[in-house]
Amino acid sequence: MEDIIRIENVRKVYKLGAIEVEALKGVSIRFKKGSYWAIMGSSGSGKSTLLNLLGCLDRPTSGRYFLGEDDVSDLDDDQLSDIRGQRIGFIFQSYNLIDQLTVLENIHVPLFYQGKDSPEVFEQCAALAERVGLGDRLHHRPSELSGGQQQRVAIARSLANDPLVILADEPTGNLDSKTEDEVLDLVDELHRQGKTIIMVTHDDHVAERAERVLHLKDGLIHRMVENRKEEEEPVS
Amino acid sequence: MLPFRLLNTIRLGVKNLLLHKMRSVLTMLGIIFGVASVIAMLAIGEGASYEAQEAIRELGSNNVIIRSIKPPEDDRASGGQGGMAVEYGLTYRDADRIRATIPNLNEVYPMRIFRENVRFASRQIQAQVTGTLPSQIELLNVPVILGRFLTDVDQMYRRNVCVLSESLAIRLFDFRDPVGGEIKIGTHYYRVVGVVGDRQRPGENSQALRLSNAEHFVYIPLSVARSRFGELIVRVSSGSREFERVQLHQITAQFALAEQVEPGSEQIRALLETSRDKADYEVIVPLQLLQQAEQTKRIFNIVLGSIAALSLLVGGIGIMNIMLATVTERTREIGVRRALGAKKRDIITQFLVETVVLSVGGGLIGLAAGLAIPVVVSILTDMVTIITLWSLALAFGISAIIGIIFGLYPASRAANMDPIEALRHE
Ligand SMILES: Nc1ncnc2c1ncn2[C@@H]1O[C@H](COP(=O)(O)OP(=O)(O)OP(=O)(O)O)[C@@H](O)[C@H]1O
Ligand SMILES: [Mg+2]
Repeated sequence: MEDIIRIENVRKVYKLGAIEVEALKGVSIRFKKGSYWAIMGSSGSGKSTLLNLLGCLDRPTSGRYFLGEDDVSDLDDDQLSDIRGQRIGFIFQSYNLIDQLTVLENIHVPLFYQGKDSPEVFEQCAALAERVGLGDRLHHRPSELSGGQQQRVAIARSLANDPLVILADEPTGNLDSKTEDEVLDLVDELHRQGKTIIMVTHDDHVAERAERVLHLKDGLIHRMVENRKEEEEPVS
Repeated sequence: MLPFRLLNTIRLGVKNLLLHKMRSVLTMLGIIFGVASVIAMLAIGEGASYEAQEAIRELGSNNVIIRSIKPPEDDRASGGQGGMAVEYGLTYRDADRIRATIPNLNEVYPMRIFRENVRFASRQIQAQVTGTLPSQIELLNVPVILGRFLTDVDQMYRRNVCVLSESLAIRLFDFRDPVGGEIKIGTHYYRVVGVVGDRQRPGENSQALRLSNAEHFVYIPLSVARSRFGELIVRVSSGSREFERVQLHQITAQFALAEQVEPGSEQIRALLETSRDKADYEVIVPLQLLQQAEQTKRIFNIVLGSIAALSLLVGGIGIMNIMLATVTERTREIGVRRALGAKKRDIITQFLVETVVLSVGGGLIGLAAGLAIPVVVSILTDMVTIITLWSLALAFGISAIIGIIFGLYPASRAANMDPIEALRHE
């Protein structure tokens, strides 16, 4: 399988006045198309920093980042916005739906900024809502939904632009264990359908679902673990 | 930006504003008041200056009007108690000298003016009687409706004829033909030879600029006025009698061109100055009054404009204040939108649209109020108000511009947020 993401010796330094915090100290890694990764590590180890870089929300202080075919390390703000809008799907811990918009409109937001607003596009968005089990809530507001339902809307939204990779930062951090399973089942299903998924988590049970687990420590890759999931699956 | 996106952004903006109705309305108030006051004040100002200008134009912009006035010192010195008549004012000689020495004159119109009771059969009406020359018809700028105006023959032979103004003719004769009728003015009888149109009456606000309050006019030959009425006028006031001797009450000097009016009026002043030792006349130059009125209007507009600009500024600051609060409140949303592909300019557009919707919304409501106020004012007082298109455009344009100017800072603050920071915002 081809590499969909390749980062080479990426460093990220935050400057707080005179103090410099080196959140990433030189990370190189490749993510293959269709793979399912979990990123783990203690608090402050640089997980979110890495995910934000992967999501083109930020630029590395040094090092290179290839997303798909392109080097996106040195793009300007507008170009990064386009890359995010076209190639990245985000799922956040706190759902981050827009309160004023309906479920359908929330799912449409990434496409809105791509200038896609034909009726077919809205049909596709409705189909995505259907796919996450919220086909009957298209015109509800996020505030009228449960946490699990909101996160499912967020998942549908992350799929709207048919991204190269879905990035999730502790997507189940705010959910109880039952809804956590529902949401993770949905993520598993996306993986089976061929989506590339990178998910930050603190929870070993959550990480178990991924194919591979990347452990960070103090801004460096500590170790990588393969979950032998394929062998377990027939049993369960 | 694609029209749909802009439309959608506007829809979203309206939706966001409706989410906080009270806040939005309060924010708009500043603009509403500002725009309404601009339009209303300009309409009232425009109406007042229009009336003034009409009144002045009535006097004729090519004319210099010289009127006899009673010198104040004579008023005290000789009350005419013992019978000595006060003699003052313009004379036939003055008229002749003006005609002879002032260049560029079209015509000089000497007049004697009285208020008298005019009677026909049992009807009696007060009117202004003007003894004048036949040429005055050109100055009056009214049509001859029936019969004719005064002629040189009337003047030369001192014929006891008169011309009535239309409303007076109707009041005296109903709808019978007044031409040939005999009316009594004061103690003498005159034959009506014609009816002319009424003079245009300027609006109520410009009373001060009118030389006469009369509604009804009678014109008789100047020569007749001289012989019939004499020059001695008896004025009975509070029990005592005053005798005044005035030859002419008014001389109107008409110049060929407007440019000649000002130097001409100076020459007239100088001429009259040398021939008398008391200030018993006044010179009115309608053109100068017109220019003064225009100057006043300009100052008035500047003052109004400044007040209005100030209130719009305050309105704008109110909007900016609210938008800054909104941006802070919606930091997270901004982060989400940026993460999902919104560019800085998309965020700018979004917040700018919201401010412009606020200010233009306020502008529209203010426009409606601004249109209503002058109408109400016109109904309640009988002031003339004129709503000009440019004042609407101005008020509305300013409100939109205010929206953009005061929206830019909050919007750019929103756009320049770091998306990661914004997403972390609680
Ligand atoms: N904007 C910033 N400015 C300064 N320092 C930062 C910033 N963001 C992160 N850091 C620092 O970088 C390091 C890595 O932070 P990061 O958020 O990536 O940790 P994390 O692994 O996601 O932790 P957690 O599990 O608590 O979410 C930390 O020491 C943090 O203090
Ligand atoms: Mg984190």
